[in-house]
Amino acid sequence: MKKLVVALLFSCLPALAGAAGGHDVELEKAPVNLQDKVSLQNGAKLFVNYCMGCHSLEYLRYGRMAEDLGMSDELTLKYLNFTTDKIGDQMQNGMTAADGKAWFGNPPPDLSLAARHRSSDWIYSYLIGFYEDESRPYGYNNHVFPSVGMPHVMAKMEQDLSEEEFESNMGDITNFLTYAAEPIAPTRERIGVYVLVFLAILLIPAYLLKKEYWKDVH
Amino acid sequence: MMRMVNGLIDWVDARLPVVNTYKKHMSEYYAPKNFNFWYYFGVLSMVVLINQLLTGIWLTMFYSPSDGFGSVEYIMRDVQWGWLIRYMHAVGASAFFAVVYLHMFRGLLYGSYKPPRELVWIFGMLIYVALMAEGFLGYVLPWGNMSYWGAQVIISLAGAIPFDILPFIDAKDAKEIGEALTTWVRGDYLLSTATVNKFFALHVVAIPLVLVALVFLHILALHEVGSNNPDGVEIKQNKDENGIPRDGIPFHPYYTVKDLPGVIVFLMIFAVVIFFFPTGGGYLIEKPNFVAANPLKTPDHIAPVWYYGPYYAMLRATTIEWFGMSAKSWGLIAMGGGIVVLFLLPWLDRHPVKSIRYKGWLSKTLLLIFALDFLMLGFLGTQPASGLYKTLAQIGTVYYFLFFFLALPLAHRFEKSKAVPERVTGGH
Repeated sequence: MKKLVVALLFSCLPALAGAAGGHDVELEKAPVNLQDKVSLQNGAKLFVNYCMGCHSLEYLRYGRMAEDLGMSDELTLKYLNFTTDKIGDQMQNGMTAADGKAWFGNPPPDLSLAARHRSSDWIYSYLIGFYEDESRPYGYNNHVFPSVGMPHVMAKMEQDLSEEEFESNMGDITNFLTYAAEPIAPTRERIGVYVLVFLAILLIPAYLLKKEYWKDVH
Repeated sequence: MMRMVNGLIDWVDARLPVVNTYKKHMSEYYAPKNFNFWYYFGVLSMVVLINQLLTGIWLTMFYSPSDGFGSVEYIMRDVQWGWLIRYMHAVGASAFFAVVYLHMFRGLLYGSYKPPRELVWIFGMLIYVALMAEGFLGYVLPWGNMSYWGAQVIISLAGAIPFDILPFIDAKDAKEIGEALTTWVRGDYLLSTATVNKFFALHVVAIPLVLVALVFLHILALHEVGSNNPDGVEIKQNKDENGIPRDGIPFHPYYTVKDLPGVIVFLMIFAVVIFFFPTGGGYLIEKPNFVAANPLKTPDHIAPVWYYGPYYAMLRATTIEWFGMSAKSWGLIAMGGGIVVLFLLPWLDRHPVKSIRYKGWLSKTLLLIFALDFLMLGFLGTQPASGLYKTLAQIGTVYYFLFFFLALPLAHRFEKSKAVPERVTGGH
């Protein structure tokens, strides 16, 4: 038994190391709460208005977003869709990769899976990490992503709002992108609880059955 | 009604030995009564195999090799319950290796590969090798960036086979053969959709067929010689007047009902990972695999999934060009040798005692260090190889081989073993 415990402890080591390592920059903790519909809706609104001109959400559909965020199809199409796309369409934009490359040095990536590829903390830290830097073509640089090609799209918003309000907005975008990276996540966890309860209950008769049969083994 | 059912069984049985087979492998297969915790991992491997086959069949209904990355996201988002099936399959791959490694370690603990069970072990090892191939092929299919670069590294190994050790092949020819071989494996001059198509065929048809056939042989060979047990006592040497081993109990119902709670507990752990930690903190599904394959963007650090860790650490541990062969070729030899040596286990182990319970302290210590060494190599394989980690990987690799070529053949000469009992001990 002791050996088993040691073996299990050892097998946890890599997980701990992986959780810590990876980035050189200290990341801010993103305020992610997938139950907070108000935050998700605000994040969706800000994303569609400020980000989506360049960044698509290829793997998310308008209809899925509307349903998950508790919005009607009509309002979603009216306020969150600036294209002629239908409710079942993927959230694409009109920018071609060639244009993106010409304008920013690299085509702006699709952000459907950004929160899973980077991390929510990375996105949040990136969004609040812009600072003025005259040496850059668009006048801004980023703490998390040095020499980034993207301009500080929300520079005006940052000037107009208090620091708290701005960070709250950036948190909402992060929250929305975290949702977009795995729309099923809250459902997955909810179902997981039921599955575990079912298995725990099933374990009782299974164990009693074993005990009953093994009474006569000596 | 009963008569009809019995009549049907008789009719079939006259043409196919169903009753005999059932008796031989279930109700009259006598297994030692003292199986412990370690004996759950055989049946758990079977459970995971079935999980992989079933979820795999459903995934093939929606996966498309011409758009590997996109079709996996389609499964994750648009296919009803697709996310669950995909997570069960992806986490299942890791679960498969976890239970198989524990199953193999059980063999090491109790000498289950020793006569007369050498073939059981050999078939098991073939399953393990097939599983490694299956895991690698499957890892390429989602066509994320780590799929791409992992495949790049592994396929390039075909070019590191040192053909020039043969007297009639010079270095230039060896290089050309290597290049031709890698092109053949890729099915293209670059890693491409052609490669994914080919790997898809191998992953869903060829290797699974081999796996299932090998599992069948593994169990057939086991049931011929009978199971070992934690005491390493041959229960067939002590039979009662009816020819039934005194320490044996029928597999069914005793072990079927004992395995059932074990399977449920395993499923609970499996479910915790699937529903709450499906990417395993980047160890089960790696972060770079959430962007599509990109030949122009190498991930910061190309790491294999954890279950290849030990062998990947051995591959990278070599730095010296001995006898005119490149360090990469030596790494390949270390990695291949690390697996081949496991096949030789039944003949390398010269200890007169089977079970670790009755071996001396030296064998116990060396085996414990081996287990820790294997875990350490596994960890190192997932980390960048530099400085301390590289040195540790080298020490670990050396110990790995010393364990097989020195400890197993010779340890018994330097220790006093305990007396092995006549009958098994414990049993409930």
